[in-house]
Amino acid sequence: MKRFLIPLGIFVVLAGFLFAGLKLNPREVPSPLIGKPAPDFKLALLSDPAKQLSPADLRGKVWLFNVWASWCASCRQEHDLLLDLSRHGVVLIYGMDYKDQPGDAQAVLDRFGNPYVETVVDPDGRAGINYGVYGVPETYLIDKNGIIRYKHTGPLTGEVLEKKILPLVKELQQ
Amino acid sequence: MIPELGHFSLILALLLALVQGTLPLVGAARNIPAWVSVAKPAARAQFLFVAIAFGCLAYSFLTNDFSVVNVTRNSHSRLPEVYRFTATWGSHEGSMLLWTVTLALWTLAVTQFSRHLTDDMVARVVGVMGLVSFGLLLFLLVTSNPFLRMPMAMDGSDLNPLLQDPGMVVHPPILYMGYVGFSVAFAFAIAALLSGKLDASWARWSRPWTTAAWAFLTIGIMMGSWWAYYELGWGGWWFWDPVENASLMPWLVGTALIHSLAVTEKRGSFKAWTVFLAIGAFSLSLLGTFLVRSGVLSSVHAFATDPTRGLFILIFLVVVIGGSLLLFALRASHVGLGGRFALVSRESFLMVNNILLLTATGAVLLGTLYPLFLDALGLGKISVGPPYFNSVFVPLVTPLIFLSGIGPLARWKQVNVPELAHRLKWGFGGSVLVALLLPFTMGEWKPMVSLGCLLSLWIAVTVAISVRGRMRTGAGWSANFYGMHLAHLGVAVTVIGVTMVSTYQTERNVRMEVGDTVTVKGYTFRFDGAEDMEGPNYRGARGTLEVSRDGKPVSILRPEKRIYTASGMPFTESAIDYGFTRDLYTALGESLDGGAWSVRLFHKPFVVWIWIGSVLMALGGFLAITDRRYRASRKKGRAEA
Amino acid sequence: MKSRHKKLILVAIAVIALGAVAALVLNAFRSNLVFFFSPTQVAKGEAPHDRSFRIGGLVEEGSLRREKDGVTAHFRITDTAQTTSVTYTGLLPDLFKEGKGVVAEGRLNSDGVFVAQQVLAKHDENYMPPEAASALEQAQKAQKTIVAPK
Repeated sequence: MKRFLIPLGIFVVLAGFLFAGLKLNPREVPSPLIGKPAPDFKLALLSDPAKQLSPADLRGKVWLFNVWASWCASCRQEHDLLLDLSRHGVVLIYGMDYKDQPGDAQAVLDRFGNPYVETVVDPDGRAGINYGVYGVPETYLIDKNGIIRYKHTGPLTGEVLEKKILPLVKELQQ
Repeated sequence: MIPELGHFSLILALLLALVQGTLPLVGAARNIPAWVSVAKPAARAQFLFVAIAFGCLAYSFLTNDFSVVNVTRNSHSRLPEVYRFTATWGSHEGSMLLWTVTLALWTLAVTQFSRHLTDDMVARVVGVMGLVSFGLLLFLLVTSNPFLRMPMAMDGSDLNPLLQDPGMVVHPPILYMGYVGFSVAFAFAIAALLSGKLDASWARWSRPWTTAAWAFLTIGIMMGSWWAYYELGWGGWWFWDPVENASLMPWLVGTALIHSLAVTEKRGSFKAWTVFLAIGAFSLSLLGTFLVRSGVLSSVHAFATDPTRGLFILIFLVVVIGGSLLLFALRASHVGLGGRFALVSRESFLMVNNILLLTATGAVLLGTLYPLFLDALGLGKISVGPPYFNSVFVPLVTPLIFLSGIGPLARWKQVNVPELAHRLKWGFGGSVLVALLLPFTMGEWKPMVSLGCLLSLWIAVTVAISVRGRMRTGAGWSANFYGMHLAHLGVAVTVIGVTMVSTYQTERNVRMEVGDTVTVKGYTFRFDGAEDMEGPNYRGARGTLEVSRDGKPVSILRPEKRIYTASGMPFTESAIDYGFTRDLYTALGESLDGGAWSVRLFHKPFVVWIWIGSVLMALGGFLAITDRRYRASRKKGRAEA
Repeated sequence: MKSRHKKLILVAIAVIALGAVAALVLNAFRSNLVFFFSPTQVAKGEAPHDRSFRIGGLVEEGSLRREKDGVTAHFRITDTAQTTSVTYTGLLPDLFKEGKGVVAEGRLNSDGVFVAQQVLAKHDENYMPPEAASALEQAQKAQKTIVAPK
């Protein structure tokens, strides 16, 4: 009897729709910033509030820009990876401490190790807005000309590092 | 060590679930008694290991083991102990584990209370539940391991303050008891399709399980609604928010299922339809939990950030729902028709009841999923708000409630219309008259209030007529009969609450200086200022409001504004003076200059009736389960076997 | 009554009921959909003036002003490209803060001010309401295409 097939038919359509939705939702939300110059900022260093750093100071270098905070648990998930990366010296890592208490941030670095060459402090998140930060951690790869080449939202994974970021770093460093 | 033990238990449970989901099913199909007899021990062992895993996770939370990612994200060393325990299911991973535990618990219950079932039937039911459990455990282990470790953190980022509430201690487990409970009805339906034995005794077996799950779900939804009312700080009791809709949809289909099961048991009709509803109720439970827990509904980004999880969920849904609907399509035509019935009969009333409930479910589903689809397809962002749901729901529910008055009085097969009309005419006339006059006592006549009162009175009157009729015939106690009427009365009580509070509530948002008074519906609120206070994991301000009526003190309310130290999240803790005919609801807004505060003062007439009614519905359900018939069938079933 | 007639009546009733219900649902659906617009779209005049809609973005820093009554608030929502002035009477949600994401539902008045009936902020600090985040992304995209990188 055909009428008993109706529910199945409806469900198949629904599931197809869901699959389409899943596919259309791209894995990496393409950031409008990719291929654009890294937004400028001039922020105090966590290690020494008297000194400031801006992306312009890093011209000629390939660097990872990692937005993190002491209150963010997923940041600690990627912390080991970052430490590994800095130990091998593959790429310079700069951090931005986002909407945080500098004391708390320093405590985290003291306790778990510091993968960052320097960390800048963005206490009210204003610089973060220009980068389109809406969930920490986020990581940007910036080339020698100060152009953003890659953006990753959420904690870094070994897979993303190996397949996406490191090949790109190699390419950019040449 | 303990987290690893939990992880290991989950893996063992996965293997046991695989055994439980395959051997008994094959054994029942091929008639291999040894394989059939695996069902019960496998299910019991699976329960044991899932419970151990859950215990390990709870232990990690209670002992502040911040080397577990899940604990770090959802707990804090200064979080009170009871909330550290409830934080166990505060996260996606933990709540999926709770789901699995609940499923294992229901399976265990089936193995305990199934002596009246044939071994084949038990094997099939337990086997189907084992397959579902296998999928869930695989999902947990592959994408959402709750025991994931990371370098020891100093402290956690605290549990969401909204979940730090006594209501959240019991709400999720009870809600899950309801959601997951429908898996039993689902497994019975699939087992019946597999075996081809769809008869009255099948319906009689399914009924108490379905009613139990439904009653738990009713309580769960009611607690969620009450929690939202006092905890979200703005006094609403239902928001038509996707999370609520996700629990309402299985409830609506479950309600339809309870009624159609009655027809299948008593008259043998509606068989295919009942099976379809059993599949539908559980499918919507699955869909609901997963949509909510995966964060798809509240934020599309959560879907994008973890595509493996989203994909897994979809595949799981397709296998479970698609598979069972396919089986349904193949087998339902062999089920056969039941007893015939006339155009006006109890069967046809129940059919209309089912159609209305299903339409309501469809409307909720449309409103919940449509924005998600548009967004996923990149066609823009829209939202479907409460006005849509309200304008669809009221016209659908009105005839439904009206019919629930007539249905129990109508005869099976064919109704003698003049006789029924004669029995009901005074009740109907009286209800209309009182309903028209009653709103005047509230000071203002409104058509919707009259409608709401009419529906409530109608149910109350018809219940009275029905009960009196039964007593006259001298029929004895029937838990089923009185349970049904109690549940219907619960509907009447809830309708009164909903009608009154949505029509007559008064909400005032005012600025109050120390010593200011504001009068709302005869109640005078005096603001005595707010003082600083400190809690275990938060600090904040506590205001004092003295409420009086005609100069006589009524209550002193102390609403709080908290800031949770670990997360920095501000939070409003309302203070409520509960009453049978009205609630006085206060909450602090913001601190303004010179000790003044903005304050919420609400007068909510009859709002508790909403929840009292829901409790009555659930009690009615639990009462019906105790019916002797379900136990008697055990002896009879054994005699037959 | 013949059973054939009975069947016909049943079918007719079912068809009529189904039609009525479908009409009810679809009508309610159409008239109650709430669309979402970003401040840029509002500035361009794309947002409707005769029905309510949602607007999202960040609460502009320093824009929040309260009236003397303590419960009427004026603020501006920005997507970093354009801003929309909003007024709201009632208590703002706990997580409403300058510089944070927000979504408001309401309608435009004749002065082009958005009169909000409801202001929503997420229950979680770390994430923005997706609608607000999307408004920001859109605005950034638009800005970057206008100001070409050198």
